[in-house]
Amino acid sequence: MKSFRYLRAHSVEEATAAHAGRPGSRYLGGGTNLVDLMKMGVERPRTLIDVSGLPLDAVEELPDGSVRAGAAVRNSDLAAHPLVRDRYPVLAQALLSGASGQLRNAATTGGNLLQRTRCPYFQDLAKPCNKREPGTGCGAREGVHRDHAVLGHSPQCIATHPSDMAVALAALDAQVELHGAHGRRTVPAADFHRLPGDRPDLDTEIAPGELITGVRLPAATAGLPSAYRKARDRASYAFALASVAVVLDVDGSLVRDVRIAFGGLAHRPWRALRAERALVGGPVTEEAFGRAVDAELAAAEPLPDNAFKVPLARGIACDVLRRLSTAPTAA
Amino acid sequence: MGADVFHSEVPLTVNGEARRPTVDHRSTLLDVLREQLGLTGAKKGCDHGQCGACTVLVDGRRVNSCLLLAVSLEGREVITVEGLAPAGGDLHPLQRAFVDRDAFQCGYCTPGQICSAVGAIAEARAGRASHVTDPAADVGAPVELTRDEIRERLSGNICRCGAYPHIVEAVEDVTR
Repeated sequence: MKSFRYLRAHSVEEATAAHAGRPGSRYLGGGTNLVDLMKMGVERPRTLIDVSGLPLDAVEELPDGSVRAGAAVRNSDLAAHPLVRDRYPVLAQALLSGASGQLRNAATTGGNLLQRTRCPYFQDLAKPCNKREPGTGCGAREGVHRDHAVLGHSPQCIATHPSDMAVALAALDAQVELHGAHGRRTVPAADFHRLPGDRPDLDTEIAPGELITGVRLPAATAGLPSAYRKARDRASYAFALASVAVVLDVDGSLVRDVRIAFGGLAHRPWRALRAERALVGGPVTEEAFGRAVDAELAAAEPLPDNAFKVPLARGIACDVLRRLSTAPTAA
Repeated sequence: MGADVFHSEVPLTVNGEARRPTVDHRSTLLDVLREQLGLTGAKKGCDHGQCGACTVLVDGRRVNSCLLLAVSLEGREVITVEGLAPAGGDLHPLQRAFVDRDAFQCGYCTPGQICSAVGAIAEARAGRASHVTDPAADVGAPVELTRDEIRERLSGNICRCGAYPHIVEAVEDVTR
């Protein structure tokens, strides 16, 4: 690992100013991914700006009924917070399905969004990777790609985004709050991560030096029946082969509103807008669920070794929709 | 070695004792514990946060010490497996249970398993749900540590000898 300078920021403004003044800076949150990438040589920061102690560690209800979680809130604390467990069960379930107890105690809300793919070619400096080193090629496309994308990939990159939390945030219509040298802005969580296109080195819409300060969970999705389902190779402590977050609002025998996002299938959480449009206003039946999910997954372009993900995703999505639609009250 | 742009002095508490190591910014807590403070209980297994052998408690919470930069821990309280037992020679109840249940073979993962179990038991008592807890359970009520709960909550600790059945029994003994 290369030597680096270390600064502890005491305010958001101090952090962003320090970043602007020091080329090669990285913000340090829980470090569970960044420190690992530094050990592997994938990340070589000249300065680490520690933002884990910033006063961004609260989960609070805002006057408009939304809930704001600070970027420094640890994954375990976010999952355990009564506002999250009561109103956004899909988010608590997604968080608890990810990583291990130790990692969730360290990982932060902001860092979870900014974690990098676990594609083995990205993590191995001896292998080609357009995400790590643009223009070197993709080792995974012709290599080991069982865990890789089936939707929205490009000739340059077939990596998936590894977060469970981000999938739930996309389905909840959450907003990501950003603070940069030129002020604040918010980006919908569903649009925060990118598709790879010809710039797979860019995972997200964040601008250089911008800092995530928090995520906002809207009042509109609070308290609706919601759930997260994750399919993986082990019962615990493994990344998703496919996962799904569903927020379902049923009115009698009709779908009033529905939000569906897939994980493990693409370079970003995959909001299933086509399936949602097919379902809204229609009947709550297994046939309708199956048709809608099929319409979404018709866009899949699986690779030789990961075609199994398409029926896997279909199965878990239909199952969660069915369970939520038959739940006696809000899940 | 003194403090410079790549090194810092870090005041922190380790097993109840105030310490002030000067650390290379690249050093993890695990490296500082083992190489500078002479505490070799926490083990380096994978060094990537995947095996849990390095688990310690920081401010009472279990974490992977191999992924924590020591320089970031100013003012924190670290407890390692060496600091679990009360003074006077008695073992911590979990250490006793691991011995009684023969919950290891080579023993390399054991300090991490025990520190992780200490943290997991505290989390369950504080009402923290896990992936296998019934979502309909009362928010904040203590969670009973069934075998499924113990297995899920300790999934971040790998045992290559496969002593899992006895590890689960040892943790069960302490929570009953």
